[in-house]
Amino acid sequence: MDISASALVAQVFTGLVLGGIFVLLAVGLSLIFGLMTVVNFAHGSLYMLGAYFGFFLLGLSGSFWVALAFAPLMVGVFGVIVERTLIRPLYGRSPDDPLLLTFGLSAVLVELVRLIWGKVGLQFDPPRALAGAVDLGFMHFPVYRLFVIAVTVVVLIGLWLFLERTNVGLVIRAGSRDPLMVRALGIDLGRIWRLVFGIGAALAGLAGILAGPMRGVYAEMGVTIIIESFVVVVVGGMGSLLGAIVAGILIGEVVSLTTFFAPKLAEIMVFVFMAAILLVRPSGLFGEAGLLE
Amino acid sequence: MIRRLLSPVAGFVAARPVLCFLAVFAVFPFLVPYKALATQVLIFGLFALGFNLLYGYTGLLSFGHAAYYGLGAYGTGIALAKLKVGTLWGGLGAGLGTAALGGAVIGFFCLRRRGIYFAMLTLAFAQLLYFIGFHAADWTGGDDGLRGIPRLPLSLGGLAVTLDTPLAFYYFCYVLVGLAVAALKRILDSPFGAVLQAIRENPGRAVACGYDIDRVKWLSFVFSAIFTGLAGSLDALRLSVVPIESLYWTTSGQVVIMTLLGGAGTFFGPFVGAATFLVLEDRLSLFTESWPLFVGAIFVSFVLFLPRGIWGTLAAKLR
Repeated sequence: MDISASALVAQVFTGLVLGGIFVLLAVGLSLIFGLMTVVNFAHGSLYMLGAYFGFFLLGLSGSFWVALAFAPLMVGVFGVIVERTLIRPLYGRSPDDPLLLTFGLSAVLVELVRLIWGKVGLQFDPPRALAGAVDLGFMHFPVYRLFVIAVTVVVLIGLWLFLERTNVGLVIRAGSRDPLMVRALGIDLGRIWRLVFGIGAALAGLAGILAGPMRGVYAEMGVTIIIESFVVVVVGGMGSLLGAIVAGILIGEVVSLTTFFAPKLAEIMVFVFMAAILLVRPSGLFGEAGLLE
Repeated sequence: MIRRLLSPVAGFVAARPVLCFLAVFAVFPFLVPYKALATQVLIFGLFALGFNLLYGYTGLLSFGHAAYYGLGAYGTGIALAKLKVGTLWGGLGAGLGTAALGGAVIGFFCLRRRGIYFAMLTLAFAQLLYFIGFHAADWTGGDDGLRGIPRLPLSLGGLAVTLDTPLAFYYFCYVLVGLAVAALKRILDSPFGAVLQAIRENPGRAVACGYDIDRVKWLSFVFSAIFTGLAGSLDALRLSVVPIESLYWTTSGQVVIMTLLGGAGTFFGPFVGAATFLVLEDRLSLFTESWPLFVGAIFVSFVLFLPRGIWGTLAAKLR
C-alpha cells in the first residue's frame, strides 16, 4: 500500500475515534431526550467535567485506570444531583425551559472550572501502557486511540444489553414510548428519569476523560463539541439510539476526511452535511416524523 | 397603596408603549453612568427585540440569533470598509439586506423542524456562518475582526450631520431604534401579529383556522432577522470594528439571557433585560473576572423562579 493510501486509512481510523466520542455524547443526549424530552445543553459541560475529574483523580491516585473508572461515576452522581435539584421543578413546563436552564448551567460550570483549575488548559497524558503506536501491518496507529474505540464499543454493548435484557431497561424503553401507561402500572418514573439522567451524564463524563489525552483538557472543551453532538442527534434522529451511533460515526468520518482533503472546510462540512440530510430526510436518518416536537 | 398609584401608570404604558419608549430613551443617556452604556442598551435592546419577536411572540426558540446580528454587522462593515460605499444609508441598507437574506435562507431550513430541533438547528447554522466568517478572512478580517469601518456623516436631504460625538450617535440610534419599536408595535397589532401569537398558543388550532402557519412563521423569522440585523449594523458603526465573536454562539446566548431576564413575550422586556445584563456585566466585571458565573446563576434562578422575567412579573403584578 502506498503512503497516501495508508494515510487515508489512518484518517478513517481517526474518524472512527472521533465518531466514538460523538456517539457516547449523542447516545446520552438522545436517551435523556427520548425519556423526558429534556435537551441537555449542559451535556458538553459534563463532558468537560469528566476530563477535569479524571485529571483530579489521576493526580490523587496516580493511576489512569482509577481515574477512568471513577471520573464518569462522579459525573453521573453530579448529573443525578442536577436532575433532582434543577431540572425536576421544570417537568410539566415548556420543553424550552430545561434547555434554557441547562444553557445557563453550562455557563456557570465553565466559569467554576476556570476558577478552580485556571484558564490555561491542562496536560493530560495517556497512561504508559497505552503510549506509542501499534503496527497494524499496513500502518502505525496510536495505541491509545485503538483503546478509545475498544472502550466505546464495550460500553455501547453494555448499554444495549442493559436496555434490552434487564427489567430496568424495559421500563426505560416503555417510559419513552408511553410514560402515562407506565405510571398507570404503578412504576415510579421519577426515579427512572434520575437514573437515566445519571447514565447520560456518566457517558458524557466517560467521553470527556477519554478525549482528554487526545484533544486536550480546557474549560471550553465542551462548548464546541455540544454543538457537533446536537448535529449528530439531528442527523441520526432524536430519541433513536441506533441513529445516534450511525450518525456519530458518519460525522466523525466527515470531520476526519475533510480534515485530510481540505482542512479549512472541516468545521463547515459538518453543517453542510446536516443541511443536506435535512433536505432529504427532515426527521433524521432513523427518526420518526413528529416525535416529541 | 403603591399598587394603586402605579396601576394607572402601568395602564398608560400598556396603551402607549411607543410613546413611553421614546420618552424614556430621550433622557436615558443622562440617567446612566456614561453615554456609551446608553447606546449599548439601545442596540442590544433592539437585538433582544428581534429575538423576542420570534421567541416571545411566535414561540420559536432560536439559539442562533448571532447569525443575523453578525450578518447585519458584516454587511454594513464590508460595504463601508471594503466596498467603499459612500453613504451611511447604503451601509445600513447592505447590513439589513444581508441579514434579511440570511434569515430567509436559514429560516427555510430550520423551520423544517419544530420545537427543540428548531433550537438546535438555528444554533448549528449560526455556527456554520461563524466558521465561514472565520475562514473568509479576505472579506471579514477573520480572527482579527473587520477593522476600519468609517462612521460617515448622516445625509438628510442636502443636510450632512456628523455623528462623531457619543451623544449625536446615541440620538441617531434612538431614531432608528424608535422606528423599529414602532414597526414592531404595528406588526403585533396587525392581523399577522395576532396569527403569530395564535401559533405560540396553539399551532394546531391556528392551522385549523385556515392559516398557512409555515408561511407566517417564516415571515416572522425574516422580520426577526431584519430587526436583529439592524442591531448588528448599528453596533458595527458604534465600534467601527466587527469582531468575529459577533457570529459566535455566545452572542446568541447573550440575547437569550437578556430577553429572559427582561421578560420574553413582553413589549419592553428586551430593553429592560438588555439594560439589566449590561449594567450587571459593567458592575460585576469591576470586582471579578468570573462575572459570567454570576450572570449564569442569576439566569438559572430566573428560569426556575421568575420565568416571566423582570418586566413580565411587574406587569402581571400591576394589572
